[in-house]
Amino acid sequence: MKLIFEKSQPGRRGGELPRPDVPTPEVPPELKRDRPPRLPELAEPEILRHFTKLSTRNFGIDTGFYPLGSCTMKYNPRVNERLVMLPGFRDLHPYQDEDGSQGALELMWRLQEALIEVSGLDACSLQPAAGSQGELTGLMLMRAYFADRGEAERRDTIVTADTAHGTNPASVTMAGYKLAKVRTDPRGNVDVAHLRELVDERTAGLMLTNPSTLGLFDEHIEEIAAIFHEVGALLYYDGANLNAVCGISRPGDMGFDIVHINLHKTFSQPHGGGGPGGGPVVVRDTLEPFLPVPAVVKDGDGFRLDHDRPKSIGKVRGYTGPFGVFVRSYAYIRSYGPGLREMSETAVLNANYLLARLKDAYDLPFERLCMHEFVLSARSLKREHGISALDVAKRLMDYGFHPPTIYFPLVVPEALMIEPTETEAKETLDEFTDAMLAIVREAAEDPDVIKEAPHGRPVRRLDEVKAAKRAIVKYGFEEHADLSAEPAEARQLEAQKGA
Amino acid sequence: MSYLSLTDRDREEMLAAIGVSSVEELFRDIPAGVRFHRDLDLEPALGEQELSRHLEELAARNVDTTHELSFLGAGIYDHYVPAIVDAVLQRGEFLTAYTPYQPELSQGVLQAIFEYQTAICELTGMDVSNASGYDGTTVAADACYVAKHATGRSKVVVTEATNPQVRQVVKTYAPGFGLEIVEVPHREGVTNPDELRRAAADAACVIFQQPNFFGCLEPAPDLAAAAHDAEAIPVAHVDLVSLGVLEAPGVYGCGMAIGEGQSAGNYQSFAGPHYGFLAARNDFIRRMPGRIVGETVDTAGERGYVLTLQTREQHIRREKATSNITTNQTLLALAGLVHLSWLGPEGLRELGETCMGLCDYAKRRLVAAGFELAFPERTTFKEFAVRVGRSAKDAVATARSRGVHPGYALGRDFAGLDDALLVAVTEQRSPEDIDRLVEALAA
Repeated sequence: MKLIFEKSQPGRRGGELPRPDVPTPEVPPELKRDRPPRLPELAEPEILRHFTKLSTRNFGIDTGFYPLGSCTMKYNPRVNERLVMLPGFRDLHPYQDEDGSQGALELMWRLQEALIEVSGLDACSLQPAAGSQGELTGLMLMRAYFADRGEAERRDTIVTADTAHGTNPASVTMAGYKLAKVRTDPRGNVDVAHLRELVDERTAGLMLTNPSTLGLFDEHIEEIAAIFHEVGALLYYDGANLNAVCGISRPGDMGFDIVHINLHKTFSQPHGGGGPGGGPVVVRDTLEPFLPVPAVVKDGDGFRLDHDRPKSIGKVRGYTGPFGVFVRSYAYIRSYGPGLREMSETAVLNANYLLARLKDAYDLPFERLCMHEFVLSARSLKREHGISALDVAKRLMDYGFHPPTIYFPLVVPEALMIEPTETEAKETLDEFTDAMLAIVREAAEDPDVIKEAPHGRPVRRLDEVKAAKRAIVKYGFEEHADLSAEPAEARQLEAQKGA
Repeated sequence: MSYLSLTDRDREEMLAAIGVSSVEELFRDIPAGVRFHRDLDLEPALGEQELSRHLEELAARNVDTTHELSFLGAGIYDHYVPAIVDAVLQRGEFLTAYTPYQPELSQGVLQAIFEYQTAICELTGMDVSNASGYDGTTVAADACYVAKHATGRSKVVVTEATNPQVRQVVKTYAPGFGLEIVEVPHREGVTNPDELRRAAADAACVIFQQPNFFGCLEPAPDLAAAAHDAEAIPVAHVDLVSLGVLEAPGVYGCGMAIGEGQSAGNYQSFAGPHYGFLAARNDFIRRMPGRIVGETVDTAGERGYVLTLQTREQHIRREKATSNITTNQTLLALAGLVHLSWLGPEGLRELGETCMGLCDYAKRRLVAAGFELAFPERTTFKEFAVRVGRSAKDAVATARSRGVHPGYALGRDFAGLDDALLVAVTEQRSPEDIDRLVEALAA
């Protein structure tokens, strides 16, 4: 399909703008644009058709089942999309005076209160823009907390699990900490004996996802929390998997001191082809003074922004955070109320049902009930029939499904990480199961049909190695390279896709 | 209201298949000591209509720019968002997809990001753009991280005439990055290149804003040259909407161009979600943070797009990654692409000229009414600072009582400017609107 730039015709244009009758001042010549930017030149109907056609080459939750593990691809209610477009939200300037933004501040305060209740902690900042920024914020909070106690120099290490999302170790580095990695034990829990070896007075804290990326609740979480608290260290909860435990078990009650919550996962902000997200942090009262500024506070009957937080880490994002995300997530929480528990229960029921139906056909690394997601392995398929997790993923597309996350977590070879979410019907789960079982049969009978999958998509398997080598990352106009003349292979990396 | 599908019968069948007798039993791995034994203390669930009414009531307690004539800017602007943007963003295939990990199911968003990267590179004169950062503040921190690793230096210079929000975020990130932040003061609304050159000694990069926070045009080529003299990477923080009339940072020697994308395609939305853009010269391509889409072909020679250069990224490189960013702002960047496509090169230039013309008209009208510009010598783009002869905060209160929000009180961030307002004028304002502003301020 042509790029929008290849459809461009000189002299065409989309919109007309008001042209008020005022003279335009001269731009000093050394600052003035010399050559016009080559933006597309198309009339509006062709622009709309271009993007509509692009959308038909994409797959969203609206298109079909999207069990991308650790991404919580649940239904995104359309009423929330309507509400976020109310002019009082959509056209509100962040520097509007407090008396002119009471509704927005109240919404944020109410969302904070709800997140505090779900987390079992004491104070919340909505500012971080995504989960990974919430992680980094959490580590900044740790640094500020220990600096305040005169321990910042000494405490230089953060412990993460070998099952952790890649964001955890990446955040540790960005926050200026050293990394220690704790192993997973044979039941899929953190290896407590190994943990005891790693934790000492140099430890600043732990970053842990619970349930883990294996979809397993850590059975020793109380002991783990005690190990860190005994040396004065803090526990950080990566809220990526909070969808499993709303109203069932709260991070604060598990012993965590800092939590980030992915509003685009548990609380249904649409993922938008990659974003936006939201990554509020919720903390124990001892950490509240360090939260980003400004804080949204209730003051009598009204609400205001509190900038006077002398111990604050500062700001991690502009203004008060991604407000439209807050509108959608607040609406989602209000739709369920205390029924958030049923949301999580259903997510866990759906996952266990899929697990029960699939565990005999694929390898199951840990023989336990799962939480909201589970990890299977295609190891036997690969050994016996040469069918990898990547192949299974591609073949699932032919059956009309988005594949699960693959090759993650790293501790499971040929991993297939499946998260159905609570918003799927049993029939959908059954159809997915049928497809997964059919692929196992095909692996024995007709492996080539899998290896050549997907069939009937706009493109076959693409050459990722060529993409990285050639690094063509923008249209080159008249000098644009024609790769179709070059030989290509279906070189897709057997590396993490998803999560 | 809930969005669940299971019936009681479904539940029974599913529990039987699992081999447990109750949903409760599914949670048996959770230790008793950390189980939550009461109902969540949340307000009762609302149906769709009740929910709508509740949020409509909250929205009605805000005073938005459709209800009050507003000249607020200071980083977030009331530009017109064409209807076609909303139409594209409402396509569920874009709205409800995630990161295009599986290219065969994601050619739509991958190609759109590739087109966005092209548009950003065209506007900024750079070689490579990522698929978006969180906003205009965090991309500045990202640029510092790139510069630190590219140069091995640990000082960053930021001009004081850069948006205070950006400066604050960079300062927040600095301790973790091991960076020292040095600010260079403005002189009558712009940055002095000689002062910048001295400050840039041993710096990894120099960040300046064009047009700057006061709306003034910086001597940007001289600032970039000053950074180069000190072997620091010049980083321009720019407004996409200005780049139809103002020179591209790549042309005057910047190593990176960053900024807040909101002006192109996003509503004000009380500050988000929006998108930040980060573009760079090829020298930095393997140090870039975040997603990048590249072109390739399939086995049949058909052109296609994939996430590329992923060995930079957290999910592959973990603690050695160039950034921890995962979820970005793709949907908002797509809005930017649609808006820029709708404008085209002519429309973008006209938009810039209109902003400049209206801004200039507002300055002349205010001066004629007896007000003094804070920086009268400067050329401005769509924003300017004016002294109102009293506390700017009071002036805001008075004007608002007359239905006009006259702008941002600069005293919040700048000593000595307590009597100054930062007034933004976009194509959404008319000369008559500006006349009302002058009346409201003169009252």
